[in-house]
Amino acid sequence: MANPLKCDLCAKPATVHLTQIVNNKVHKVDLCESCAQAKGVTDPSGFSLADLLLKASLNPEASTASVRCEQCGFTPNDFKKHGRFGCPTCYEAFKGLVEPMLDNMHKGTTHTGKIPQRALERKSIYDRLTKLELDLTEAIKSERYEDAARARDEISQVKQTIPSNPKSAR
Amino acid sequence: MTIASLIDSPSELTDAASSKTAIVLMTRIRLARNLSGTAFPGWAKPAQREEILRICREAVTATSPMKRSLNITVGELSDLEKQILVERHLISRELSGAKGGAGVVISKDQAFSVMVNEEDHLRIQVLRSGFQLKKAWNAITELDSALEDHLDYAFTPTLGYLTACPTNLGTAMRASAMMHLPALVISNQMEKVVRAVNQLGMVVRGLFGEGSDASGSIFQISNQTTLGESEGEIIKRLHTVLQSIIEHELNAREKLLEADAGKLFDKVGRAFGILQNSHLLSSGEAMNLLSLIRLGIDLAVFPDASRSVIDRLFIEAQPGHLQHAQKGEYDPAQRDLLRAARLRSEFANFVRPEFSFSTNSKN
Repeated sequence: MANPLKCDLCAKPATVHLTQIVNNKVHKVDLCESCAQAKGVTDPSGFSLADLLLKASLNPEASTASVRCEQCGFTPNDFKKHGRFGCPTCYEAFKGLVEPMLDNMHKGTTHTGKIPQRALERKSIYDRLTKLELDLTEAIKSERYEDAARARDEISQVKQTIPSNPKSAR
Repeated sequence: MTIASLIDSPSELTDAASSKTAIVLMTRIRLARNLSGTAFPGWAKPAQREEILRICREAVTATSPMKRSLNITVGELSDLEKQILVERHLISRELSGAKGGAGVVISKDQAFSVMVNEEDHLRIQVLRSGFQLKKAWNAITELDSALEDHLDYAFTPTLGYLTACPTNLGTAMRASAMMHLPALVISNQMEKVVRAVNQLGMVVRGLFGEGSDASGSIFQISNQTTLGESEGEIIKRLHTVLQSIIEHELNAREKLLEADAGKLFDKVGRAFGILQNSHLLSSGEAMNLLSLIRLGIDLAVFPDASRSVIDRLFIEAQPGHLQHAQKGEYDPAQRDLLRAARLRSEFANFVRPEFSFSTNSKN
C-alpha cells in the first residue's frame, strides 16, 4: 500500500478501521492493533466509539495542557485518563475543552431545564452579605462612620431574608 | 430502618403489579447532583469523601420522604446485601463496588433511593411500578427541591447542573422505563426497534443497565442526552417513544396470534411444563420461561391476578434473592438446583393455563 493509514492514537500503522453512527453523524477511527486492544475495541459490549473520539479529540489540547483547575488541581490529561472531571469548577477552567464536546454529545449546548431557585437566591444573598461585610470593615478602617452605619443596617436587613440554614462542604 | 427489615419487606417492584403494568413494568427517574466547590467523588480524597457523605446523608434524611429510611454506608453492607439491592435497582453496580466514603439512603417503601458518592455526590432515584413518568417526575423534583434547602448545588445557567461526566450536564436527568417485549423478541424485531429508538436519541439496555443482557425479554429504554432540552420535553419525547414501542409490541402479538396461535401457545404451555417439572434452571432460562408465562397472562391464558406473582418471581429468581431466601451462599450449580426447586413449588399450585384460540389479545 502506498500510503498506509496511521493509528489515530499513536503513529503505528492502523489495521483496525471502525465506522460508527452516533446521532446521525458518521465517526471514523483508524487504530493500530495494540491501541485497539487497549481501548477494548475487540470487546463490542464495552466499547463506545463516542468515548474514544471524545478522548482522541483531546489529544491536540494535550500540548497546551499546562492549565490546571485552581480549585482541585485537575488537568486535561486527567480528563483524558478518567473521562470525568475533578470538580464543578473544572467546567470553568477547561471551558475551551468542554464546549466543542457538547455539540456531539447533546441536543443543544444551553441548559433550558430546572433551576435550583432556592439555592441560587441563597447564594446571591450570601454574596451580597460578603460584599457588605467587606464594605463595613473598609469603612471602619478609613473612619467613614456614616458609611459603616449604613452597611451595618443593610447587613441586618439582608440577614433577615435568609430563608433557611444551608450546609455546604466548604 | 435496618437492611434486614428492608430486604424482607416487599419492594415497589414486587408489590404493585396490575394490568396497568402489562408492558411497562416500571418507571424510573434519576437525577445527578453535586455540591458546589467540592471535588467530585472520583477525584476527592478519602477524608473529603467522608465529609461529603456525612453532609449528604444528613441533608437527605432530613427530607420528609426519607423519614425512617434505611441509611447505610457501602462498607456496612455484606456482598449478598449489596447484590440484593442491585437486583432491586436500589443501588448501582458501581456503588456496590465503591471503596470507602460511599452510602445510600433508601425510603421505607423503597420508592426513593439516594446514592452518595457514586459517580456524582448525589444520585437521586425514584421508582414507580407501571408507566408513570409524570408521577415519577413530580415525586423526584419535590425531593430534589427539598434537598436544595440544605445543600448548595453546583449549577451554572448555561450548563445546568454540573456533573462529573459531561454526558450528564444540563438536567442531569435520566428517565427510563423497564419494558417487557416478548413478541418483538420472538418475531426478531428488537434489533430494528433498537435502531429506531437510537435514532430518536434514546438508548435501549438490558434489565440491569449497561452491558447486561435482555433475559426475560425485559429492556430498559431511557434518554441519551441531558443538555438543551428541559426535563418536561425529555419526558414528553420519551413518553411518545415508549407509547409507540407499546403499540409495536401489541401489533407483534396480534400478528403472532394470527399467523400461528398454536405455535405461540405451544411456547407458553412448554414454559409452564418446564417451570413445573425441571430440576436445573439458570437465572437466564428462568427469566425467559417466566417471561413466556407473563405473555400468557397478557393473552388471557392465565388470570390477570397472576401477573404480580410473575413479577415477584422475576426478582426472586435472581442469584442474590435466591441465596437470601435459602439463607446461605451457594455456587452457581447449586443455585440452579435451588432455583428450579423454588419455581417447581411455586408452579405446583399455579392456575392451569386455559388456551382459547379465539382470544382477543388487546390489552
